[in-house]
Amino acid sequence: MTLNPETVGPEAVGGHPDPEPVKRSVIGQLLRNPQGAICLAYLALVVLVALFAPLLAPEGPNVTDLDATNAPPLTPGHPLGGDSAGRDILDRLIWGSRQTVLAVLIVVVVSVLLGVTAGLVAGFYRGRFETIVGFVTDVIMSLPGIVLLIALYALTGPNISAAMAVFGVLIAPTYYRLVRSIVLGVRNELYVDAARVVGLSDMRIVGRHVLWAVRAPVIIQTSFIMAAAIGIEAGVSFLGLGDPAGASWGTILQISFNGIYNNAWAVLWPALVISLTILTLVLLGNALSDVLQSSARSKIVSPRRREALVASAPRREKVEPVTGPVTAGSSGDVVLSVRDLRVGYPTADGGVNEVVHGVDLDVRRGEIHGLVGESGSGKSQIAFSTLGILPREALVLSGRVLLDGEDLLEDSQRMLAARGRRIGYIPQEPMSNLDPSFTIGDQLLYGLRAARPMAKTEARSRLVELLVRVGITDPDRVMRLYPHEISGGMAQRVLICGAVASDPDLIVADEPTTALDVTVQAEVLELLRELSRERGLAMILVTHNLGVVADLCDTVSVMKDGHIVERAGVEAIFSSPQQAYTQQLLSSSRRVELMEI
Amino acid sequence: MWLSLIKNLVRSLAVLLVVTFVTFSLMFANGAGIAQAVLGLGATSEAIQAKVVELGLDQPLLVQYWNWLTGAVQGDLGMSFYTGESVSSGLATRVPVTLALIVVTLLLTAVLSVILGVTAAVRGGWVDRVLQFIAVLGTAVPAFIIAIALVYVLAIRWPVFPATGYVSPDVSFPGWVASLVLPVTALLIGAVAGAAQQFRSAVLDTLGRDFVRTLRARGINERYVVFRHVLRNSAAPGLTVLSLTMLGLLGGAVFIEQVFALPGMGQLAVSAAAISDVPMVMGTVLVTIVIVLVVNFLGDLAITILNPKARTR
Repeated sequence: MTLNPETVGPEAVGGHPDPEPVKRSVIGQLLRNPQGAICLAYLALVVLVALFAPLLAPEGPNVTDLDATNAPPLTPGHPLGGDSAGRDILDRLIWGSRQTVLAVLIVVVVSVLLGVTAGLVAGFYRGRFETIVGFVTDVIMSLPGIVLLIALYALTGPNISAAMAVFGVLIAPTYYRLVRSIVLGVRNELYVDAARVVGLSDMRIVGRHVLWAVRAPVIIQTSFIMAAAIGIEAGVSFLGLGDPAGASWGTILQISFNGIYNNAWAVLWPALVISLTILTLVLLGNALSDVLQSSARSKIVSPRRREALVASAPRREKVEPVTGPVTAGSSGDVVLSVRDLRVGYPTADGGVNEVVHGVDLDVRRGEIHGLVGESGSGKSQIAFSTLGILPREALVLSGRVLLDGEDLLEDSQRMLAARGRRIGYIPQEPMSNLDPSFTIGDQLLYGLRAARPMAKTEARSRLVELLVRVGITDPDRVMRLYPHEISGGMAQRVLICGAVASDPDLIVADEPTTALDVTVQAEVLELLRELSRERGLAMILVTHNLGVVADLCDTVSVMKDGHIVERAGVEAIFSSPQQAYTQQLLSSSRRVELMEI
Repeated sequence: MWLSLIKNLVRSLAVLLVVTFVTFSLMFANGAGIAQAVLGLGATSEAIQAKVVELGLDQPLLVQYWNWLTGAVQGDLGMSFYTGESVSSGLATRVPVTLALIVVTLLLTAVLSVILGVTAAVRGGWVDRVLQFIAVLGTAVPAFIIAIALVYVLAIRWPVFPATGYVSPDVSFPGWVASLVLPVTALLIGAVAGAAQQFRSAVLDTLGRDFVRTLRARGINERYVVFRHVLRNSAAPGLTVLSLTMLGLLGGAVFIEQVFALPGMGQLAVSAAAISDVPMVMGTVLVTIVIVLVVNFLGDLAITILNPKARTR
């Protein structure tokens, strides 16, 4: 699949999610994030308590005081009460934190050593090592770890360190998969290639670039692994497979749970400590991914927030296009006009990044209007706006889309009624624009009947006729096929058929030939021209290809950075471009043509 | 299509052999240790030696594994070291309990997480935020702690449901339902939290695909786009989520059976492990792996059937 930045949405227009590694220290950034700061403070407390347990509870976890048997909280000397053997619960929890911290350390060390190393090696050298580790990973990940830990207990008896080391092995695949996929991505990127050419040794390349790229995801993952480690340590101890003499949060919980009828309070404390610590680590992981990779989290903005964003977005200065003479053929009545259209996307820091700055556009009956510009200049955003099919994060900041004088943006019902019925859409990438799970006939039939209610047989015969018209010789067979069974050129013909079938007044075509072979491109352009002429269709043709413009369009609007900078008839644009940018665009495209010859 | 399924099957069998062999060799490598554990700390070395021979632990590891494997294929998983009961018959009463627990939970998880995940993805807004919140809580609080809370509130404080025990549906259907309500709920919360979250991202993924935009542009109404096209194309990742959930439930059931004293496989494994009843533990490991592999195979089969590319080939 080709990834045209204009079709992927906000990342493209708002600048790619920054692959630059973090520059400031992670801790520093976390402390500025309230959620992160609170989590870090809590975890620091747990670690300090574990370290200083001998000072905080000098008598150790196992001193019994018969008076404190099943004592409720706030009993003098026993702030959290006592357990069924008269041991102080607070003291036991303090000592228990040592085992928790130790367990987490073992799991993290084992799984990072195994998983990250294997992931780096497999991602960088691939080959047989990757195959073997891949199989082992699949095996490990298809097993419920706890069952194996239980089996281990039968072998070693209560040995929580060994159990945690095994759990480290069992969970290492999550690091392996993460690191491997990142390394594979980075490996193919330019800078590693460049480093290779320069002649750095493999190890230096890994050290410099790849480790830097995997750093943030590994840190985030570690937070979640730590949470899992605490859960499993507590769980194993709770099952009674821990060291019965030692104090572990899980063991404390198990003992208290067995006495829940006598002293329910004793259950609360260990349950609370375990849950809170795991929760903190999960929240820390989320905070970390906010700080380290802000683009990775949910992008759905609530309707209220959207309204606020639209209202607060500052207006960027509008550039009036230089207009030249318009070709005679395009003097019919205006079908669609766009007025003062502004489109933006929410940014990570709570602002709006405006990508289309107050654009005006008129399309007349029978006119093919080219919208040209570089990738990211905002062409597709305008095309999508006219159909109300912008990505869901997109914000229409202002403007009107008038179809025969009625504003479609103002009334979503009106937009729905126009879409597919009066305005048809031809996409760029034919294969990804057909639903892979349904047959061609199914999709065409439903689309047509949604737009124009009619009997199935009538719809069918109309489509068969039209499929022949767009150049498909055996329509009945093609309608029974799934999208993966036809070629890209054929798929584009099917999509054109789908757009034209409901007899629209206007077609919005978004780079309709970019993804096709050169020979097929010419045929599809010819088809579009003929259809436009036969049916008196108006057409907005989005393209970056000036050859297509010269071939097909009557009028041209040149876009740059979200503004239409020049508009004129096609002859005028090519013979006497007024804007420096248009001249530049023309000369660079001529250079490309020369190079291709 | 059949080729890839057969490949999967062969792969599954390989996994089965590898895992059982590794577990087996770990457990049986130390024959004297096992005999010692069975006899207790006070056993003389002669007694231990005699026990090793009696249990057949003196034979080469490969011979022991081969005997165990050939037996296992015929449904004979050996005898318990303690009671002399056959492992297969011990498992026969335990497996249905565990299966009842996880299958009921899985079905409910599927229904609830599809509803929640799809709503959150399509609607966004507060539904989405509530789901995110539940997802964090549900994944953070371990199932056994949720179970304890449920026991305390709904069985001890206000005794609505039984705190422990299992009633077979043959004995009393309402009793069976009542005995499963709390265990299933305890497992369900974590499972739904995880699965709904992943359904949500699967649906968001599909919603962002090009053909959805084209369908909308063709004037097809949103409800139809979501219910027919988006759901259909999210089904394969959804099934993967469910088979992973099943795996998680098998692990979670071990804890839940412990809290609610359900006589299932997990409880059997824990009590057998505590007394080093190795053949019993080995039997539960085997059954667990077989369940996992069957579920994975069924998942692959369903995904293959759903995928026109694989089907029409």
